[in-house]
Amino acid sequence: MRLMELKQKHLLGIEHLSADEIEYILQTAESLEEISKRDIKKVPTLRGKTIVTLFLEPSTRTKTSFELAAKRLSADTLSISKDASSFKKGESLKDAAKTLQAYRVDAIILRHSASGAAEFLSKQTDASVINAGDGCHEHPTQALLDAYTIKKKFGKINGLKIAIVGDILHSRVARSNIFCLTKMGAELSVVAPPTLLPVDVEKLPVKVAFGIEEVLEESDVIYLLRLQAERASENHFPSIREYRRLFGLDADKVKKLKPEAIVMHPGPINRGVEISSTVADLARSYIEEQVTSGLAVRMAVLYLLVGGSS
Amino acid sequence: MAKLLIKGGRIVDPANKIDKKADLLVEDGVIKQLNQKINVAAEKIIEADGLVVCPGLIDTHVHLREPGFEYKETIESASKAAIAGGITSLLCMPNTKPVIDNPSLIDFINEKQAAVNLAGIYPVAALTKGSLGEQLSEMFHLAEAGAVAFSDDGQSIDNGQVMRRALEYSTLVHKPVLVHAEEGDLANGGQVNEGLMATKLGLKGIPAIAEEAVIYRDIELARLTGGRVHFMHLSTAGSVELVRRAKKEKLPVTCEVTPHHLLLDDSHLSGYDTNFKVKPPLRGKSDKEALLKGLKDDTIDCIASDHAPHAQHEKETEFDYAAFGVIGLETLFNLVFTHFEKEIGLLKLIGKITANPARIFDLNAGVLTEGKPADITIFDPKAHVKVDSSNFYSKSNNTPFDGAELNGKLEYVIKDGRIVFRDGKIVE
Amino acid sequence: MSKPVSVLLDKDQLKRALTRIAHEILEHNRGAADVVIVGIQSRGYFLAKRLSENIAGIESAKTPVGALDISLYRDDISTNPQPVLKKTEIDFDLTGKNIVLVDDVLYTGRTIRAAMDALMDLGRPASIQLAVLVDRGHRQLPIRPDYIGKNIPTAIKQRVSVELAEEAGTDQVTLVEADGT
Repeated sequence: MRLMELKQKHLLGIEHLSADEIEYILQTAESLEEISKRDIKKVPTLRGKTIVTLFLEPSTRTKTSFELAAKRLSADTLSISKDASSFKKGESLKDAAKTLQAYRVDAIILRHSASGAAEFLSKQTDASVINAGDGCHEHPTQALLDAYTIKKKFGKINGLKIAIVGDILHSRVARSNIFCLTKMGAELSVVAPPTLLPVDVEKLPVKVAFGIEEVLEESDVIYLLRLQAERASENHFPSIREYRRLFGLDADKVKKLKPEAIVMHPGPINRGVEISSTVADLARSYIEEQVTSGLAVRMAVLYLLVGGSS
Repeated sequence: MAKLLIKGGRIVDPANKIDKKADLLVEDGVIKQLNQKINVAAEKIIEADGLVVCPGLIDTHVHLREPGFEYKETIESASKAAIAGGITSLLCMPNTKPVIDNPSLIDFINEKQAAVNLAGIYPVAALTKGSLGEQLSEMFHLAEAGAVAFSDDGQSIDNGQVMRRALEYSTLVHKPVLVHAEEGDLANGGQVNEGLMATKLGLKGIPAIAEEAVIYRDIELARLTGGRVHFMHLSTAGSVELVRRAKKEKLPVTCEVTPHHLLLDDSHLSGYDTNFKVKPPLRGKSDKEALLKGLKDDTIDCIASDHAPHAQHEKETEFDYAAFGVIGLETLFNLVFTHFEKEIGLLKLIGKITANPARIFDLNAGVLTEGKPADITIFDPKAHVKVDSSNFYSKSNNTPFDGAELNGKLEYVIKDGRIVFRDGKIVE
Repeated sequence: MSKPVSVLLDKDQLKRALTRIAHEILEHNRGAADVVIVGIQSRGYFLAKRLSENIAGIESAKTPVGALDISLYRDDISTNPQPVLKKTEIDFDLTGKNIVLVDDVLYTGRTIRAAMDALMDLGRPASIQLAVLVDRGHRQLPIRPDYIGKNIPTAIKQRVSVELAEEAGTDQVTLVEADGT
């Protein structure tokens, strides 16, 4: 087996990862999955390493997923959120980085509402920086766990027809998935009203559709994005009813899917908006699967970035 | 009484269409004589063989930050920065704190300038009170105190009716109105150029139409009212075309461009370096090329730095939160000389930063005509410099050109007949 | 470039050694009840499978075989370049069992230490016994094998190269002189 190192110190996004590097992370995740099935769900690999989750934007599932991943690898974890008094008093990200630097932490997992914040942080610290979502830019571990989930189900990603439906414009999950899945050879479509598509989206390697009906029959994966209610007031679309009709997935539309097709969603779900309650509960939905994949993938990322030689 | 003789330099004086080797005599602070050979005893002699001698440069768009933001820059530090960049006259923008919308603030600037006594500072006053875009400022009193133009730089006047009235009223004082073209709603809180780069980086974009819509409107308002408009920091190909057509129709329209819009585009944003965050934003490659074409065919009259100093903590932060703007007084000359001398020729290039601004703003500067103030910039066209922002006279160092190796080295800068810069530094 | 010095075990010798070890395991454990065989990835696993087959051949007893990847338990994670993770696949309960841990070469003992920590995290075995194809000496920890294919004193500069048919096409154990670094 060829010795391959992940030649990155940080995980800031998928855009600059090669298909080989993505494969390597997924393969590592596969080897780590069984740890979560044991009685003693722990290995000593990252013992003595300190991993900080710095979440300046709210999150439950990503934060707990990362913390659990770190703990299962025996790392010490530290959790700082936006409610921390120092941030309320106006502490800048740069100063927070300096404080953490003084503690010689090994990795910082950052979620932030400004695009590029993870890259900015990586220049302020010697620790490895893992982007857990920066503004509208990228959410790399989400894309990796989605790829892992898809690969597990279909055995491959190359050649699959995947449709991402929803607010592409504001979605970092969409961007990361576009980069990741197209690198792995999938045929990607983005489905949204013109007002929720980013400018020059046609310059990315994706097809564009303006209604979910257009992609139901041919897709192997329907990936739904959460719709934020505020977008209606910003005039991105006239009403939830109209959005649901054109872009939502309900029991009737699900009937048009191929038998082997799966439905995915990064969570949290807006029941009754982009996905009806019944569909959300269907066995075909891989939403639960994404959560377990998330843990293995995040363990892999931590192992590869923090576990190696510095 | 003191005479200064500059011998054997290549005299480049675009206003008088001069580009030849000659001697230049300065006496009592004014240009006394320009001739092939001047044989006169002089207290000071500059051997200018191999050097270029041109009028002191004029930068028509500078933010001095004083009063109100002295931690970024002061009139003194900016004046030094200007001289160190070969700039002997500059127009300063009114978006200070308080906004320059009453004559006593013009007096303040004039007094400070006299005290520092380096670059000539020509104040631009606010077009509306507080630059709020609602009520006209007292243009007559402001012009009387010394304002050379009016502007609400930093934003556009979104209310068309207010802009119409402002342009109409400006004809009373015969001064140009400087326009920062950015329609507020279309700009929509954008941070960078709207396009593929913004999409990939997850940043909000400002579409080209936010600029072009205002330019179109204000050209037509100039046509309607007879007021003079001067568009600042042009950034899109569409804007250049609108100005080109307006000039064809002989409308009272002029414009300027910055070196960074001529040299950079949004591909430079990929590392989220805030030294590339400016307003208007760096656009695409085709916009950059259109700006150069506009410079060549004289659609674009002037090159101005839009010198916008910011403190380190205002730039060294997450991209969305960083302030817009870059400094430029100390790099303007070297950048344009390095990149555009061959493209458009030295005479025309120097004209963009001397004769043209002087003519548009009716300044007593920018020429080497007999009797005019002796503001002179002398440089070595064969030497090279390396940009080092840690050595700048400016208080701030937010420049995208740090480390750049450029052509041309300033040897002397003369203001009103005094040598104020030599041997690489300001003369104390 | 390394030059082989000598062949330590050829195909037949290797086969006989594994046959003998299988007999020894059955003798020591008084049969195959509660015996499980866990091989360290990847060559230890191939050897473990062969031992299990041998035991089945001798006493018609089935001994479950598992694969153990010890990468996550190494004590040199921060200093060595990371190996690619292989899989740990042990789909039977270890608690109460007598585990025969199998590896190809026993050297410093650190790999075995890591393997024991891993096994303890997976369950509570009744005992762990160690079977190695080659013991080359130079122990740095108090680890001793229960079943040995061949004892070969070596110099630290030398390397023991194990090739198994499952991955290399042939069965052969050679002593190699590593190049002068």
